[in-house]
Amino acid sequence: MAISQSMQKQGKALADAQNQLTHLSNGIFKTELPTFRTQIKSLGLESLRPKKLEILQINLGYMCNQICAHCHVDAGPDRKEIMTKETMKACLEVIEKSRAHTLDLTGGAPEMNPNFRWFVEEASKAGIKDFIVRSNLTIIMANKTYQDLPEFFKKFNIHIVSSMPHWTRGKTDTQRGDGVFDKSIAALKKLNAVGYGQPDSSLRLDLVYNPSGAFLPGNQKALERDFKQALLTDFSIEFHNLFAITNLPISRFLDYLIASGNYEDYMYNLVEAFNPKAIENVMCTNTISVSWDGYLYDCDFNQMLHLKVASSSNHISHFNLNALQNREIIVSQHCYGCTAGAGSSCQGTLA
Amino acid sequence: MNHQFAKSQLMQETYYDPKDLRKFGKISEWNQELGDKFFEYYNKVFEAGTLSPREKSLIALAVAHTIQCPYCIDAYTGDGLQRGITKEEMIEALHVAGAIRGGATMVHGVQMMNKYNKLSM
Repeated sequence: MAISQSMQKQGKALADAQNQLTHLSNGIFKTELPTFRTQIKSLGLESLRPKKLEILQINLGYMCNQICAHCHVDAGPDRKEIMTKETMKACLEVIEKSRAHTLDLTGGAPEMNPNFRWFVEEASKAGIKDFIVRSNLTIIMANKTYQDLPEFFKKFNIHIVSSMPHWTRGKTDTQRGDGVFDKSIAALKKLNAVGYGQPDSSLRLDLVYNPSGAFLPGNQKALERDFKQALLTDFSIEFHNLFAITNLPISRFLDYLIASGNYEDYMYNLVEAFNPKAIENVMCTNTISVSWDGYLYDCDFNQMLHLKVASSSNHISHFNLNALQNREIIVSQHCYGCTAGAGSSCQGTLA
Repeated sequence: MNHQFAKSQLMQETYYDPKDLRKFGKISEWNQELGDKFFEYYNKVFEAGTLSPREKSLIALAVAHTIQCPYCIDAYTGDGLQRGITKEEMIEALHVAGAIRGGATMVHGVQMMNKYNKLSM
């Protein structure tokens, strides 16, 4: 499953968001399975509506030092879309005005944005207390520019959330690329060394587990126990929580599902595992996602599908919280990924 | 055209269809009471007990191969992946099944030897 270029660079038809949405609306969803909208209607929900805004999730760009086989962003070194300082300034104005308490920085590799550190410093001045950085770990080992990231993270008490598909080298490298496991282990050791992930430490270090294939994640607690035991025994590494996240059928993962003949079974599994309880807490109800060019989305997945918020306020430059709170969240069949089993979000299981 | 159609129809006709696994629950439709009892028992068996669900999944995988049930093989390979069970663990479990199967053949060699010795002068 090694990938050397983004789908966009390869010129694949499925790199186009509209083609993905068309695929997700046709086939088995025309004949056998209920669409997501039909499914929520059967629960008496006419539409999905936001609750109180708590998290502003900002995508600082699609550039990444890795090219992961399952990446829903289609990120990689060949992606040049990154947030400018002007857009960051517009985000800072919103941070001051909005009542979001958490700033969740993602990418690509958010640290690769040249203004990443400036932005964190300014957001801290603007009153953000709760920072999340979705770090791919290997960026810390990439070159000298990034080697002091653990100290920088510590200075701003940034909560680190990092992907780790398995506690063994083989499964990790298959999904994330050759050498990723060893570099991730080295990066985790550096984070541990400055105090991250220690049992009583306030420096939060959580890991994200995505299945490395066409199957759903197992029980989050059981996986966390296995991860903790293996990483502690084999590498003396500690971390706080494991978030088990379901792979959503979009972008590279959708391409993989179709090419490997797993698409139908996977969608059946997602629909069969639909959990009405998970829908109460899906992350689109308390999060707004901002893209590198400042547009607003219900979540990072809708961002990748180019489904802007259904609101007159759809750009950070004219952010209007009241208008946004009254919007209807845009759903499609990929949403089944967040409501399957125990549910799935950037913060792990939901129900 | 007709020939091609007939051929493709013929190729689809096998005793096992992977899609039938999804319909497992339908067996209750013809006897709800026993079906319910069976699935209640089935689900209870795989809950954490003295053995962990992970250990039970590996046992199920080994048994699935022993009884050569294609549905069970699909189901418990997928179940193992969900639980983070590695392919190294899966193949070791299969070797246990293989060893017991082979052992079952070979241990009957004692019967053969007994019979041979009894019949021979």
